[in-house]
Amino acid sequence: MQSYLSIEKIGMSFERAGARSEVLREVTLHIERGEFVSVIGHSGCGKSTLLNIVAGLLTSTTGEVFLDGEVVDSPGPERAVVFQNHSLLPWLTAYENIRLGVDKVFRRTKTAAERHEWTEHNLDLVQMTQAANKRPAEISGGMKQRVGIARALAMEPKVLLLDEPFGALDALTRAHLQDSVMDIHAKLGNTVLMITHDVDEAILLSDRIVMMNSGPAATIGEVLEVPLPRPRRRLDLAAHPDYIRCRAAVMEFLYARHRRGSGLHAA
Amino acid sequence: MSMPARNLLAPEPAATVANDLAIVLTLPPRRPPQFERLRAVLSMIAGRILPPVIMLAFVFIVWELLCSQPGATLPPPSKVLANSWELIVDPFYDRGGLDKGLFWHLLASLQRVALGFALAAVAGIGLGVLIGQSTWALRALDPIFQVLRTVPPLAWLPLSLAAFRDSNPSAIFVIFITAIWPIVINTSVGVRNIPEDYKNVARVMRLSGIEYFVKITLPATVPYIFTGLKIGIGLSWLAIVAAEMLIGGVGIGFFIWDAWNSSLIADIIVALIYVGLVGVLLDRAVAAVGTLISRGTSAN
Repeated sequence: MQSYLSIEKIGMSFERAGARSEVLREVTLHIERGEFVSVIGHSGCGKSTLLNIVAGLLTSTTGEVFLDGEVVDSPGPERAVVFQNHSLLPWLTAYENIRLGVDKVFRRTKTAAERHEWTEHNLDLVQMTQAANKRPAEISGGMKQRVGIARALAMEPKVLLLDEPFGALDALTRAHLQDSVMDIHAKLGNTVLMITHDVDEAILLSDRIVMMNSGPAATIGEVLEVPLPRPRRRLDLAAHPDYIRCRAAVMEFLYARHRRGSGLHAA
Repeated sequence: MSMPARNLLAPEPAATVANDLAIVLTLPPRRPPQFERLRAVLSMIAGRILPPVIMLAFVFIVWELLCSQPGATLPPPSKVLANSWELIVDPFYDRGGLDKGLFWHLLASLQRVALGFALAAVAGIGLGVLIGQSTWALRALDPIFQVLRTVPPLAWLPLSLAAFRDSNPSAIFVIFITAIWPIVINTSVGVRNIPEDYKNVARVMRLSGIEYFVKITLPATVPYIFTGLKIGIGLSWLAIVAAEMLIGGVGIGFFIWDAWNSSLIADIIVALIYVGLVGVLLDRAVAAVGTLISRGTSAN
């Protein structure tokens, strides 16, 4: 049985100076359409490698990724990535950065006027209309990441891949962006795979949290369902018993059983 | 002990009176804003313009003193002014043949440089992108480039004269071969330094080869290309003067050589000053175009 996004027994090894290092081993994960799934783990556990394999930017050593019944073998706009460091092209304005992808994806299916409208619509979705004609150097880190999210959304991806999208932002900006992502997910119902190392972020946004063991040869340790009802409000959650239970479970996994460097047999 | 005691004891009203008095006595008349602006201009002149002017005056005085002695081989500035007055005040005269004002000689040299440099820019950027993108091309071409780029510009002249059998294309070729190396090398470094992030963005968007070149490679490489162009234009200007000395005809290089043959040392000095000024202008012009085009291409 296949899910919308199926990650089947992915293994990844790198060969460096003759030394073979195994990063991922037999990672299997099924994500349904419209689901928001977070992958959490210590830095260096291979979670970004996993996302890059799903994006097609890296080719796994073993295993396959299927999206909507098709094998993933190269990068493409149906698996748009929001990169950790925004990766906007500095010589283009916010509008042009988004339009570049829009023009590429909808060249045959939309007229120029429609593509313009669609670009504006996506700028509006991340509340960046006022900065449409600014270059990345002229806007703040949070705004850049908003444009990065709009660029990915504008390609109408089947699955949106977020690679620690808020990691480089301050706490307040991060909270604003998390709320925006929640709103957009509620509105559009995208399928999202997010890499994070922030426990609260994972619980706030996700339907399921995938916890990864620390490498080398990282595997999926546990998968936690987050039963909190949507729409979720940051303030209401803090005292919610399910929230506290989830938080305790993830913290327990990350810090009690799988401290970085303690390997697989720490428990 | 006595100080704080006196402060504490000082009666308030007295201090107020003293302050009032001080204000009344020292309040300066309000300066009009034009005066403030004049002051700013004057301080700018004192800070920026005065130092080079003083230095220049010093150099001229030393030169005058040194070259006014009996037995001096070079003319002092006063003699340069007297001997080459016509050349200095009228760069536009044209009496046919080689007897033209400096403007015409410089123009002829600039035309050669423009042509050779333009060819070098096109070929250099093309080759730079090629060896920047293809490791195979880099391995194949790099050894050849490393050897060729160390050949002094003038060493190419006899060979190009043999090939073209005409002085003008030979001079242009010398400019071309001089300017191309820094352009090739800087462009290829720029292409190799395109951040992995931009490549990933292009891959996710599935940009085609041409789209990638136009939308990513060129804009990301522009600052590097202009570094190469700036070095290239400087080298071109160095080479053209030397090349023209050998090929003859109208041009600032041959003008200098001709002046030497006619023992017009003052003319040489005037020409050198012009060569220097034009060189600075060329450098600044390329830098200005680079700044204009590469606006916003830096990261962050």
